Amino acid sequence: MTSRFKELIEKNQARLSARRKTVNAAMLSLTGVMTLLAILPLFWIVGYVIYKGGQYINVDFFIHTARPLGMAGGGVLHAIEGTLVITLLAAVFAIPPGLLAAFYAARYPNTTLGVALRFGTDVLSGVPSIVIGLFAYAVIVKPMGHYSAFAGGAAMAMLMLPTIIRTTEEMLKLVPHALREGSLALGAPEWKTSISVVFPAALNGVVTGFLLAIARAAGETAPLLFTALGNERYDVGKIVTNGIAQKQSLFQIFGRIFDQPADSLPLTLWKYAQQPYPERIQQSWAVALVLMLFVLLVNIIARLWIESRKRRLQG
Amino acid sequence: MTKYISVLPETHWLTRLRRFISHGDSLWQWILIIASLLALTIVLAIGWMLWRESADARNAFGFGFLTPTANPSWDPVNNNFQAWPFIYGTLLTSFAALIIAIPISVGIAIFLSELCPAWLRLPLNWLVELLAAIPSVVYGLWGIFVFLPLVVSPIANGLFTAFGSLPVVGSLFAGPVPANGASRLGAAFILTIMIIPTITAVTRDVLLAIPANQREASLALGSTQWETIWQVLLPYGLSGILGAVILGLGRALGETMAVTMVIGNSIEGSASLLRPGYTMASIIANEFAEAVSKLHSQALIEIGLILFFMTLVLNIVARLLVWRVARKTPQEARV
Repeated sequence: MTSRFKELIEKNQARLSARRKTVNAAMLSLTGVMTLLAILPLFWIVGYVIYKGGQYINVDFFIHTARPLGMAGGGVLHAIEGTLVITLLAAVFAIPPGLLAAFYAARYPNTTLGVALRFGTDVLSGVPSIVIGLFAYAVIVKPMGHYSAFAGGAAMAMLMLPTIIRTTEEMLKLVPHALREGSLALGAPEWKTSISVVFPAALNGVVTGFLLAIARAAGETAPLLFTALGNERYDVGKIVTNGIAQKQSLFQIFGRIFDQPADSLPLTLWKYAQQPYPERIQQSWAVALVLMLFVLLVNIIARLWIESRKRRLQG
Repeated sequence: MTKYISVLPETHWLTRLRRFISHGDSLWQWILIIASLLALTIVLAIGWMLWRESADARNAFGFGFLTPTANPSWDPVNNNFQAWPFIYGTLLTSFAALIIAIPISVGIAIFLSELCPAWLRLPLNWLVELLAAIPSVVYGLWGIFVFLPLVVSPIANGLFTAFGSLPVVGSLFAGPVPANGASRLGAAFILTIMIIPTITAVTRDVLLAIPANQREASLALGSTQWETIWQVLLPYGLSGILGAVILGLGRALGETMAVTMVIGNSIEGSASLLRPGYTMASIIANEFAEAVSKLHSQALIEIGLILFFMTLVLNIVARLLVWRVARKTPQEARV
């Protein structure tokens, strides 16, 4: 009786263990397959955009503004300039408050405001960019009465703010406590310690964080749809030369750059891709190439930089 | 060393101000506090502005704006607006994307945190994260010219022939499939690719935060590696993974450009996944700049308000869930 029972158990166990091993192998390899499956679109998109965009990209593309609809040639200089102006404005608006808030979050993480700040940053980074566009329209475009690069920059700044706060905070936290304590022990006040000891120690990482935030913002379209709107005749060079010829003051020239609707690369891509003219679609592939390479390069360089920095700080 | 003799009494406000500035720390702290409050104010201000700016639309349409209807109307000429087709489009595409993305993302997270050799981990992490870095419009462009004709159309036709005539689910897979493939299914697939990095990153962090002794105990009892993952690690990190999924859902709900480019942008009564549609974000993107009347733009802002509210709630829930796992695990117990 017992021997039969034992035999049965053993038989069962052998079968069971074979099944368990198969399930184990199958499921584990399935996770590898899933990883490949997810990375496939990345290579597909990058490869195809390089292939398509590479055919239509040329020097004209970078040095001319748009030609009238239906005409071949022309470039997207207006969009490149617009992207630069809008992203620059966004960086100017978002970096100072983001940096200071990150100082607070890194220094006082457990106060009520510190917890609220971290929570608020997380929530803000989850707000859809189109909703931020609506908000910027309501608070800037509507009172000003017209679309402008300024409004676009402000909308972008709101989008960048959470990224800047979070990455800066992480980099500040990586700075060894001994540095801060040493400075405080020498009698330096808190603010001087933060600005001239902690901040320089974290500078490389912080700048990388800014770069990542800027790259993310440069690829965004939704917040610009009804703030910067788009403007195919936007030409900074012409504004500046005209301004100098008419002896306008520096403020007037800046005002004209920031105060009119502007285009940006993603906005141009979106508009061109929906037009029935083949040359515009070709240009939209070229725009996609420029945009994608810019974003990917900034991302890769920034990540390499952060990684080497982390290794050095952690020893 | 010059000596400063104050002619003002100690309690005078100018003396206090001078001391406040010359030491600097309390001033510095106030600057930091103001900057921190700015970030919080923006979140509150978004909600308040959208609420205020949509007042007329809210008064005019009431709750009928949101409720499901068989014959929804979106009529800028007669100023009659109902948001149901867009809410339905957003929910359908997002949940469809979620259903596809969950197994893939959790699989990747398991591979990255448990199985992957160390030298491969960093490059793979990067590749998955780069997927999130590609601008949304580039996804859209690729979607229109490559993904829709080559991938979505065949799958949509297959689904139509397989399920289109079934009694209950048939309405979800009703045809005809549009010739260019632009459909809610296409939007769902693009969303899947876009939310995989989000869900994967958080799930991976949750799995990595699980104490090593949980794994060791399970393996010591004789479980295979998969049984350890399936019966120990996933239940342990469940609330965190749920948080990751909700974060992904939040991203899917708000994604605008790529979806607008591939969903076909049509307002029709059909509930089918294989037909073109609209999402809340894409109707705003398409119509807001050219809104014909005040009520039209207010109705669009109200849609924005609903979208904001949905993502706000989802984000708060998700963060609480992720924080709960992080708190449950003591620091010293981590790997």
